[in-house]
Amino acid sequence: MTDLTGTWALVRAILRRDRFRIVLWTAALAGLVVLTAASVKGLFPTQADLDEAAAQEAGSPASIVFNGPVQGLDTLGGQVAFQLGSFGLVVVGLMSLLMTTRNTRAEEESGRLELVRATVVGRHAPSTAALLVVGLMNVLVGAVVALGLIGYDLPTTGSVVFGASFTVLGLMFAGVALVAAQITENNRVAGGISGAVLGLAFTLRAAGDVGDGTLSWFSPIGLVQKARPYAGERWWPLLLGLALAGGLVVVAGVLAAHRDIGAGLVPSRPGPPEADRLLSGPFGLALRLQRGSLLAWATGVFLLGAAYGSVANDIEEYVRDNQQLQDWIARTGGASLLDSYYATTLLTLSLIVAGFGLQAALRLRGEETADRLEPVLATPVSRWRWMASHLTMSVAGSMAVLAAGGLGTGLMVALVTDDIGQVPRLLAASLAYAPAVWVLVGIAVTLYGLAPRIALAAWATLAFCFVVGMLGPLLDLPAWLVDVSPFQRIPEVPAADLRLAPLVVLTAIAAGLTWAGVAGFRHRDVG
Amino acid sequence: MGVATVDAAIAISGLVKTFGPTRALDQLDLEVGTGEVHGFLGPNGAGKTTTIRVLLGLIRPDAGRAVLLGGDPWRDAVALHRRLAYVPGDVNLWPKLTGGEIIDLFGRLRGDLDRARRDKLVERFELDPTKKARTYSKGNRQKVALVAALASPAELLILDEPTSGLDPLMEAIFRDCIREVRAEGRTVLLSSHILAEVEALCDRVSIIRAGRTVESGTLAELRHLTRTNITVETVKEPVGLAELPGVHGPHTDGNRAQFDVDTDQIEGVLRHLTELGVRSLVSHPPTLEELFLRHYGDVLAEEREAATAAARSPGAGAGG
Repeated sequence: MTDLTGTWALVRAILRRDRFRIVLWTAALAGLVVLTAASVKGLFPTQADLDEAAAQEAGSPASIVFNGPVQGLDTLGGQVAFQLGSFGLVVVGLMSLLMTTRNTRAEEESGRLELVRATVVGRHAPSTAALLVVGLMNVLVGAVVALGLIGYDLPTTGSVVFGASFTVLGLMFAGVALVAAQITENNRVAGGISGAVLGLAFTLRAAGDVGDGTLSWFSPIGLVQKARPYAGERWWPLLLGLALAGGLVVVAGVLAAHRDIGAGLVPSRPGPPEADRLLSGPFGLALRLQRGSLLAWATGVFLLGAAYGSVANDIEEYVRDNQQLQDWIARTGGASLLDSYYATTLLTLSLIVAGFGLQAALRLRGEETADRLEPVLATPVSRWRWMASHLTMSVAGSMAVLAAGGLGTGLMVALVTDDIGQVPRLLAASLAYAPAVWVLVGIAVTLYGLAPRIALAAWATLAFCFVVGMLGPLLDLPAWLVDVSPFQRIPEVPAADLRLAPLVVLTAIAAGLTWAGVAGFRHRDVG
Repeated sequence: MGVATVDAAIAISGLVKTFGPTRALDQLDLEVGTGEVHGFLGPNGAGKTTTIRVLLGLIRPDAGRAVLLGGDPWRDAVALHRRLAYVPGDVNLWPKLTGGEIIDLFGRLRGDLDRARRDKLVERFELDPTKKARTYSKGNRQKVALVAALASPAELLILDEPTSGLDPLMEAIFRDCIREVRAEGRTVLLSSHILAEVEALCDRVSIIRAGRTVESGTLAELRHLTRTNITVETVKEPVGLAELPGVHGPHTDGNRAQFDVDTDQIEGVLRHLTELGVRSLVSHPPTLEELFLRHYGDVLAEEREAATAAARSPGAGAGG
C-alpha cells in the first residue's frame, strides 16, 4: 500500500489547482442537460407531438447519426436522451480525457512530477489522485444530471440510468487517457490518442445506430446508450463499461510499472545532428512545431468526414422509398434532404476544425509562457514575423484540415452513391466554412495581443459556437444570440446557395481582430 | 547620469521598470565599454534579467535611457539583434528538436551560421547533437544555448548566468571561449553568480541590488573599497590594534593577532606592527566574494535595522 502514500494530499492539491475548471465543466454539463430537458418539454407539449417527432426521427438516418439510437422516442425522457445523448457524452469524454492528461502526463512532462515523487509520495499516488478527482467530477456530473431530470418530472429510474451513463462514459475515457499517458512522453500526443479514440467511438456508434446496432456495442458511447434510459432500462451495459474502465486503469498501472519516470513506452530516438533546409526561419520552425498536429487533425477530420459520408446511401434510399417526403420536398422547393445532411456534416466538421485553428493560434501563448519565445525574439526576427509564422499555420492549416474533411466526406459519398461529382462539390462547399473558423482564430489573436493572461478564454467562444450550432434550434435560443456565432452566418452550403457577402464580411472581421492582436503584441512586454 | 561615451556598447542611465507594485529597476545605471568583458553581479531578484530584457527590446522601460550598440533597444530591435548573440538565464528548448537542429536554427535566425565554428564548439563542449532536447539534462541544455551563441561572430554577447549547470571541466572551456572572444575585441555582458568566474574573466564589474547600481568599476578599484585580512605574529604583545583607524574585529591570542583592515588604511597599520616587531605576516587581498558578501551583508543589516525601526513607529511609512 506504500505505492499510494500521499494520495490524499495530492487529491487536495489538484482540487485546489483545478477548482475553477472542475466547477466550470460540471456546471456547464449540468446546465446543458437541464436546459435541454426544459426545451424538450416546451417543444413537445402533447403526446401527439411526441409521436409525430418519434416517427420522423426514427426514419431519419441523418438525425440518428448526430443524435443517437432510436429508443423511447415517444417519451419525454427518450427525447431528452436522444437530443442530447451523443453530444453530451462526447463532451463528458472530452472533459475526462483533458483533465486526466493534464494531471498525469502534462505534470510528468513539465518535470513537476519528479519534484512531487521525490517527497513521501508512492509510485501510483499521483495517477490515483488524478483518477479520483476525475472520477469525482464524473460522479458529480452524473448526479446533477439525474437529479435535474428527476426535478423535471422525468421517470426516476430512467434519469438515474441516464446520469449514470455519463459517469461511466467519463470513467472509461479517464482510463483511455491514462493508458495513452503511459505510452507517449508527450502530453499533446497523449491527448491526441485519447481524442482519436473518442472520435472513433462516436463514429462507430453512428454507423452502428444507422445499421442494426451491432457496431455500437464496440463503442464506449454506444455501450452506455445500450443501457436504454427511459426505454426499458438495463444496468448491465453500464456495469460492463465500469469493468472496462477498471481494466484500462489496471493496464495503465502495469504499463506504468514497466517504465521510468519521464519516459514513455515508445522511447525517443536520436534525431538529425544538423537542421535540414526547411528549419531555417520562423516559418520553418512553426511548420516543424505544428506539422505533427496538423497531420493528426487532417487525418482525424478526413476519417470523420468519411464516416458521415458513408451514410449517404441510407438517406437516399429512405427518400426514394418515401413518396410523401418527395412530394413535400418538391412542394416546399426546399433543398434535398441529402444536401441538408451534408450541410450539417460540414458545419459539424468546421466546428471541430476550429479546435485546430485555436490550438495552432494559441501556440503563440504556449511558446511565450514556456520561455521559448525570448531567445527567438533576441535574434533579428521581428515580432510581426514571428506571429505571422504561427498564424499562417493556424489560418492556412485550418483551411487544409477543412479541405481534408470535405474530401473525406466527398470521397465516401462518391463511393457509396457512385456520384463522383460529389467530390469537388463537397470539397468546395467545405471551404466556405473557413471564414467562421478564422473569426475564432482572430478572437484568440486579439486576446493574445491585448490580454495574454486570458488568451485561453478563446476556447469559450468555440464552446459557445458548438452549443449554438448543435443544440441551437432545440434550446430555442434567442435569434440575436444565435446570430453572434460566425458559423450561423455561413450560408448552409450545399443545401443553400453560396452567397459571397457573408464570407467577405466574416473574413474582414477576422482580419480586423487579427490586426488588433498583432498591434497589441507589438506594443506590450514579452514574458 | 553620466553621459554615454561614444564607444560604449551599452549605456543605461536612470532605468526604471515596475511590474505592478514591484519596482524591478529603480534608477539603474550601467555602462559597458566596447571590447570589454563586463561582470554583472547581484543577488536573486536584483534586476539583472529585467535589465537584459530591456536591452533585448523584450520589455519597455517606464523611464530612463538605454542605448545598445548606438541604437534604441525597443525601436531598433531587429537591426540590433543582427549584431548580438544571447544566452538566456533559463534555457528552454523545443522538446522535439535535437540539440544540433536548435543550434543551427538560431544560427540561421541570426543569419550568421558558420558550420566549421559550430562543429568545433559542439566537439569542445562534448555535446551530442543528435539527442532530442526533451532528453537533455540541465547542463546539456545550457551547452546547447552556449554553443548556439558562441558559434556566432556577433560583436556583443549577452550572457545571463551562462554556466549554471555546467561541470567544472565545461566551465573551464567556457572561460577559454570568453577569453578568445575578448582577444577578438568583442564585447561581453556576463551576468553571473559565480564570483570566481567574474574575477577570472571580467575587466569591469557592476554590482546591482534592488534595481539600483551600487558599485561599478574595475576589480582593482573595487578592492579599494574593501578590507584586507591580516594574520600576524609579533615579538611584543599586539596591543592597541583596536584603536587604529580602519581596523575591524581584531582577535588576539597571545602574540598572534588576526583582523581586517580597510585597504586604504593599511600603511598606518603596518607602521604600528613594525614597532611591535613582526615575526610572520600573512595578508589576504579581498576576493570579490568578500566584497560581495560584505556589501550585501552591510546593506541587509541596515535594512533590518530600518525595518525594526519602522515597526516600532507605525505610520512612519516605507523607506526607500
